[in-house]
This record gives sequence, C-alpha cells and structure tokens, in this order.
Amino acid sequence: MVEVRWLGSVPYQEAVDLQDDLVDSRRAGSIPDQLLLLEHPHVITLGSASDSSHVLVGLEERRELGVELFETGRGGDVTYHGPGQIVGYPILDLKPERKDVHRYLRDLEEVLLRAIHTFGVEGARVEGHTGVWTGDGKIGAIGVRVSSGWITSHGFALNVDTDLSYFTTIVPCGNPDRGVTSLASLLGHPVPTQSVITAIQDAFAQVFDATILRADGLP
Amino acid sequence: MARIEVPMPQMGESIAEGTVSKWLKKVGDWVERDEAILEISTDKVDAEIPAPQAGVLSEVVVNEGETVEVGTIIAYIQETGAGASAPGDLATVAATPDRPIEGYSRPSADEDDRVAGKSESRPDPSTTEERITQRSTPVVRRMAEEHGVDLSALEGRGSGHGGRVTKQDLLEYLGDGERDPGAGESGPRVANRVTPLSARPSLAEPVDASTLWDAFYGDVQHPEFPIRDRDEVVTMDKVRRLTAEHMVIAKRIAPHVHSLIEIDFSRVDEIRRDNRVLWSEEGVRVSFTALVAWAVSRTLRDFPMLNATASGNNVIARGNVNLGIAVDLDPGLIVPVIRDADDLSLVGIAKKIVDLAQRARARRLGPEEIQGGTFTITNPGVLGTLVGLPIIPKGTSGILGAGAIEKKVVVVSDPVTDADSIVIRKRSIFSLAYDHRIVDGADGARFLANLKQMLEEFPDDA
Repeated sequence: MVEVRWLGSVPYQEAVDLQDDLVDSRRAGSIPDQLLLLEHPHVITLGSASDSSHVLVGLEERRELGVELFETGRGGDVTYHGPGQIVGYPILDLKPERKDVHRYLRDLEEVLLRAIHTFGVEGARVEGHTGVWTGDGKIGAIGVRVSSGWITSHGFALNVDTDLSYFTTIVPCGNPDRGVTSLASLLGHPVPTQSVITAIQDAFAQVFDATILRADGLP
Repeated sequence: MARIEVPMPQMGESIAEGTVSKWLKKVGDWVERDEAILEISTDKVDAEIPAPQAGVLSEVVVNEGETVEVGTIIAYIQETGAGASAPGDLATVAATPDRPIEGYSRPSADEDDRVAGKSESRPDPSTTEERITQRSTPVVRRMAEEHGVDLSALEGRGSGHGGRVTKQDLLEYLGDGERDPGAGESGPRVANRVTPLSARPSLAEPVDASTLWDAFYGDVQHPEFPIRDRDEVVTMDKVRRLTAEHMVIAKRIAPHVHSLIEIDFSRVDEIRRDNRVLWSEEGVRVSFTALVAWAVSRTLRDFPMLNATASGNNVIARGNVNLGIAVDLDPGLIVPVIRDADDLSLVGIAKKIVDLAQRARARRLGPEEIQGGTFTITNPGVLGTLVGLPIIPKGTSGILGAGAIEKKVVVVSDPVTDADSIVIRKRSIFSLAYDHRIVDGADGARFLANLKQMLEEFPDDA
C-alpha cells in the first residue's frame, strides 16, 4: 500500500527534513510506503554529480529572483523547482522485490510517461539521460536517493505550468543542448493541478502495482 | 572476531560499477550493523551503503571519487567483542550475574592490537543521552517517552543486538517496575530477563483481576519465532499490521458462534433470468451478491441484535443498516459499506455494489466509504469454497459468509401431492457468525431461516 499525500507548497529544507523523518519511520516499519506530492517555492538544487558551473546566476541575481540554492543528497546534476511544477518524493521500501535502482529509475520514468499520456502528451526516454523527454524538450526530471535498508527518497519533478524562464538560471541536469518544456506549454492551455496529481497517482498505482490510499496532509 | 569484507554492492542488474561519493565513517570508527558507512552514486542515484556487520571500520580500500566494479572490496570491518556475537550467546553472558552486559564490551588488549591501535576512536559515548540513542530503537524511545520511563535506567540490560534495549526489555521493565520499583541488577532479575516467560504473572502469585483484564483486552502482541536459514522475513505493512491486530482483538473479545444453513437458489436464478433484459437496458449488473445483500438488509430489520454491538455493559442497536461487503483486492481486502441498504431497491444495491467494488479495485474509495458498517457480508464462495466461518468485525455483532453456489442433487416434495422426487438444484451453504454475548443461538438460527425463506421466495418487486 502507498499513502499518497498532496502537501501543497513546501519550502525545500522542510521537505528534506520531512523526508529524513519518513525514511527513518519507513525503515522502522512504522509507516507504509509514501508518495509525497508537492510544489517548492523557487529553488535551485545541486545533486551529488553537480558541476557548480551549471548554476548560471550569482548570489545577487538569485536574491533578486527569490531563488534559493541547496546542495542535496540526491543523485544527478543541477535542477530547478518552482511553482507550477509537481514534485514527487516516493518514500518506498524497495525490499525485497525491487532492489534495483536502475529499474526504480525506469519505473519513475514510466509513471511520468503514463501521467502525461493521460493528457495526450507522448513522452519518451533518452538512452543515457534519465528523465522524460518530448520533442520540445525535457518535461520530467528524476534524481533519487536510496538510504540504508533500500529506502528511497527524493524522486521526480514534472513541469505542469512552470515558468520555464527560470530554467535559464541553470544548465538543466548538466545538459545544455536540450530545452525544457511543460504540459501547459505543449498543450497550449493550463492544466488543473489536481488532475495531474490524479494522473500521477493512477500511474504510480499501475507501475508499482500498489494500493493507493489518498491521505493528504502530513503523516 | 572475523574480518568482514565490504564489497561494492549490486544496486541493480544493469549496474556494473559504482563511485564512492562520500565516506560517512573513518577508519577506526565503530559501526553498528546496518548503519550507513558510505555513500555511492551511480546514474541519478545516491545510495547509502550499510555495514554488513557491527564492528570497527578497519580499512578503507576505495577512496572518495574512485569508481570500481560491483563486487570489488571497498572496506573491511573488524568484528570485536560481544556486540558481534549471535543473540543466542548474549543470553549466556547475561545469565552470569557478575558480568553485566554492556552495549558492546570493551575490547581486550589483544583485540586492541588487531584493530590497529585505533580503538580510542571507538565511541565510548560520553553522555547518557548518546548511549541511550545508540542502544535503543526509535520505537523503544517513543514507548519509553509515552510511559515516562528514563531509558538510562535500563542501561546494560538490553537483550537486543549489540545490547540494544528492545521493546520486550522495556515491557518487562514496565511490568517489573510496578511491583518492585527499586530493584537493581540482582541475580533473579537477570534470570527473568533471559527467560521472559517466568516474568509473567504466575498462578502461584495472587493476581489482580484487572491485570488479567488488561492482558486480555490490551495491546496485541504477536509471539516471535526463530528464523531459519532459507527463510525470508518481510515486515508487515501498516494495513497488514492493523488487520492482524483487528483480527486478534475481534476474535478474543466476541465469543463466536457459527450456524450454517443450505439455501436453494432456484428462485434467485429465476429472478435474474426474468429481469436480464430489463436490467441490461438499465445498464446495471445485478449479481448474486446484490440479491443476497438485498435479502440480508430486509431480514436485519427484524433482528436488531444482529445489527448491533456490545459496548461495555450496554448494547447499541444501530439505527441504520449499513452493509459492509468484503472485496478481495488480491492481495489484501477492503470492506466498502453500503449505507442504509434497507432503504435501497435491489437495483439500487446492485449499482452501489458495482460502483464500490470498481472503485475499491481502483484504490479510489474515500475513508467514509469503508467505515460505519453495522453488518458484513463476505463471499468466499466465489473462489469455490463450500462455506467459510468468518470473524465478526470489531464493533458489530454478525457477519454472513456466502458459500459457493453449486448444482446439487436434492429431494423435493411436491407441495400438492407430497410426492418426493430427485431434482438438480442450485444450492449454497451460508454461515452466520454472531456475537454470543448479545445474540442467542435461537435468534441466529431464526435469522438464517428467515434469510433462507426470503431468498427462496424472492419477491418480484424488490
């Protein structure tokens, strides 16, 4: 069973602390698997493989734009989160049957592919570049952490109605050649957040073959 | 006192190598089993690598930033002292009163030599708080907090891995503490801890009835069993744990009686046949379960004690007939509730069942849709089971188990001529489980007889 929680807008550091707590609880078996869904205020995060030159704005400019910067314990390079982007943090125990981090990455891609398919958008995987891509650029980013005992944290980010201009502050996932896009800009109209959440939730249930319990708010 | 190899782990089938991104422990550091000792990264994934065994990190082979193939030894851990011995050995140690157990015993001189003189950095936690944190689990710390117990009082008494204070230790301490708050680490006390059974109230001592009452109705504890070589241990998820607890409590509180009856489904079959066209025009599928649910909802009106619950010294007769219908999710089970089922028509109930079952399988039920049931129907018969003897859900007084509907050879008497003949009929065995505190045997039997009659003479205008 997976408890799905829509948390609304959550500051980055709060979400990191929350995940730390939930990872401990999940490891102790005191909570079931979780899928946290939320938005972050503008923030740039650096994964463990980050090249600091991929952050293209200095402190002053970031302050002006109201963008925070964090180094974080997930895999991957630089990314941007902000309003209009749905971020998913699955806190899952991958034991005993899903102990394969590549499979886990592919599963998260599958969730996003199915979710955007609901809106008629066909995405694809690109060999060697984890994430979900469309002809117009990257729409979904993935970076995860597996803690002791095969407990996952961090996860994915899907651009729903993101102000894409903020991505010019970074080289997204260290890849300068490919642009970024969002569901709204591909479809040419806004998409209600709740329908995207439902689509993600349904896709997650299918891909992870899980019973979903919608339990909004904090555990 | 073995030297344990720590290999670059296999993080996935298609992953051939990993990069050490950060060492979380230094050479000479003490590490607990399963404690994260380093982080590695592969494509888009950061992963913590836990220590395979408790001991001292004696050698780091692969440095930060280096990438090595899966299986390459990246570090060594030196096992030392009692902390590394099997839990079975701990009991032996603990039983010797003059040798108190510690979280991990101090290494002897020769062990010091083997860990390359680094033993001084083994954490000898200076504050009580640190020691407690290292020697108890979060669950135990939370329990201790709830019971207002200072865990430092249990120092050196942990029976868990590495001398950790386990839930059992704490429970025993709580039990002992009430009788003998000032007890120190005397011989018998240690013996109690090693053989927990003897710590339970024995028949020889006078026991307050309320203690037994608490034990009977209190927390559910599932006894533990030894794990053998090829076994796999899976932690129960929350739903499974709640189900397990619910079943134990439901079974031990309500004295269950089961009565069985065989019901002829010819009439129900006839109703379904006659209305097939009508119902399909209305776009509704009326299952056997729907017909049974309709009949149960009407029968319950005459049996308030089966739509009730014992509550303290009272009986609460429920004002609504809310039928719980068990739906198999394979794995798992959920019981959506049809509210005020006795107000709904047959087609109304059928629609509700289809809707609830579909949304149950799509995991789309709201919390209010699985609460408030006053009587339950479960249908093990769909899987071919002849009949089941179900457990009465907590807070209700009855549950009906529907068996498989099968063609059987039966003897019927002609109502006019009274002549017997052998015919083939669709029949099913139904079971009723009821709480014998508030439902008498005769009432259980009458309920089944009425239900049988209702189904065998199913009205046209349901």
